[in-house]
Amino acid sequence: MGARNRREPCRRCALPLSRSRFLQGSQDNVIQAFAFYLFATIVIASGALTIVSRNPVHSVLWLILAFFNAAGLMLLIGAEFIAMLLVIVYVGAVAVLFLFVVMMLDIDFAELRAGFTRYLPFGLLIAVVLLCEMIFAVGVWNFADIGPDTRMGTIDPDMPNIEAIGRALYDRYLLVFEGAGIVLLVAMVGAIVLTHRERGGVRPQNISKQIKRRPEDATRNTQPEVGKGVEL
Amino acid sequence: MTEFFQSLGMSFEWAWGVATIAGILLIALPLMLAVAMIIYADRKIWAAIALRKGPNVVGPFGLLQSFADGLKVFLQETIIPSAANRGLFLIAPIITFTVALIAWAVIPFGEDMVLANINVGLLYVLAASSLGVYGIVIAGWASNSKYPFYSALRGAAQMVSYEVSIGFVLLSVVMFAGSFNMQTIITAQQGHVFGFINGFAFNPLLFPMAVVFFISALAETARAPFDLTEAESELVAGYQTEYSSMSFALYWLGEYANVILMCALNAVLFWGGWLPPVDWAPLYVVPGIFWLFLKILIFFFIFSWVKATVPRYRYDQLMRLGWKVFLPLSLFWVVLVSGYLMLTRYGGVL
Repeated sequence: MGARNRREPCRRCALPLSRSRFLQGSQDNVIQAFAFYLFATIVIASGALTIVSRNPVHSVLWLILAFFNAAGLMLLIGAEFIAMLLVIVYVGAVAVLFLFVVMMLDIDFAELRAGFTRYLPFGLLIAVVLLCEMIFAVGVWNFADIGPDTRMGTIDPDMPNIEAIGRALYDRYLLVFEGAGIVLLVAMVGAIVLTHRERGGVRPQNISKQIKRRPEDATRNTQPEVGKGVEL
Repeated sequence: MTEFFQSLGMSFEWAWGVATIAGILLIALPLMLAVAMIIYADRKIWAAIALRKGPNVVGPFGLLQSFADGLKVFLQETIIPSAANRGLFLIAPIITFTVALIAWAVIPFGEDMVLANINVGLLYVLAASSLGVYGIVIAGWASNSKYPFYSALRGAAQMVSYEVSIGFVLLSVVMFAGSFNMQTIITAQQGHVFGFINGFAFNPLLFPMAVVFFISALAETARAPFDLTEAESELVAGYQTEYSSMSFALYWLGEYANVILMCALNAVLFWGGWLPPVDWAPLYVVPGIFWLFLKILIFFFIFSWVKATVPRYRYDQLMRLGWKVFLPLSLFWVVLVSGYLMLTRYGGVL
């Protein structure tokens, strides 16, 4: 029975208890810090390479690497559900479509580089604004007088990740969540309405008609006389 | 295993590290051997259905054919096309191969035999299988050649499409099991039907999803009849056209490792994994790993059977099946299953 218990995953960090005890042990900080700096360095480096790369396909691939390592960072703080979703949704679907589009683009690199200096001020402005916002957000988060309840959304530390997110989304923020769903639905319908057009002169396939078609409808067996052939 | 290495006098940390590496090798090495044998089995089954003999020259009954093939490609010259993007061209097969291996970390082979018993095991598998598409897409682009590129586009669209319905199918399983943990999913299947049949697939509510999952697994691994990425009548050899030697062999190995993985997932999610088919005490004397392998082999036989008998789909048919048939069906089934569970397990709607 004792062996079974140790196999049971630690609810907080999803690792088996034996391993989470190991992480809480003496080498806890060393290994976690090592993993953190490894992931963080790769995220920043590949983020930078995303911008610097001349080839847009390389840029997307670096971006994917950044996503992947960001998922590693999420795992480190114990948000395993979000980490997996990041890989499934962003790396597995969004980035694939991204790559798909970029690979098919016919890009003129000279024109691209000419645009770089033209849009540089805009880009810098946006970067500065984002940086300021991040500093403010983190600053407020750290120093404002908010109770731990508000910060953590009252998540029970013993609760598995998925359950905690489910509680928050389907209980506390149900209306907001459903509202977001409706917004996405509208966006999806809008995209289809905008891009879908009826074109004349094409013969769309009617699947049920194709399946219903039998050999008897298309062929017939005749015994033509010699020298006469078949009339159509 | 950690305890064993600790008993040899190692500290806990070292024992854990060594045990993990030993566990990885214990999975990866037999898997490679299994891939070699299963390629042989695939060819034999295919040959038998086509009334041929199949490989029968190398070794007794041709058993060593895969090893001979492996040696052959190993001794070949690696050719890199001059117009190819060198780095990505070489990374692509490695990605395919690695991704095919990493998902095995969470597959349980027995009651206590799993490398990583994580809470989100099923999501991990889904994440790993969604990465498999990169091997194909990057290869197609880096080859800088027309047919591989077409193949890459086809592969990307096909795999992303079928992942959607796979996700919904998995959701109905997860709702029944109440967990994303692979071990919990297996133990939830113990005596699932009438109290003594193990396996979600025997539940009439979940059987259609088992079928949908099996067909989606065929599409996800790009096996026949959905092997449009390497349709030789249209695309030469698809994304593998420019590959040779070991880089080609890595695709080969990765592809079959993926196929075995999908067979294992079928077994774990719907047919009780390492549980015997019936919840009857004498059957538990047989080690669980035997039942899992038996189920994997049965599924692999069906994979080969389908490959040998079903003609290749047209691309528009493939897309139609994924988006217009499987997606609405599995989405509806999620609603149906959750409604059923709400009524039976959680005591009514209110």
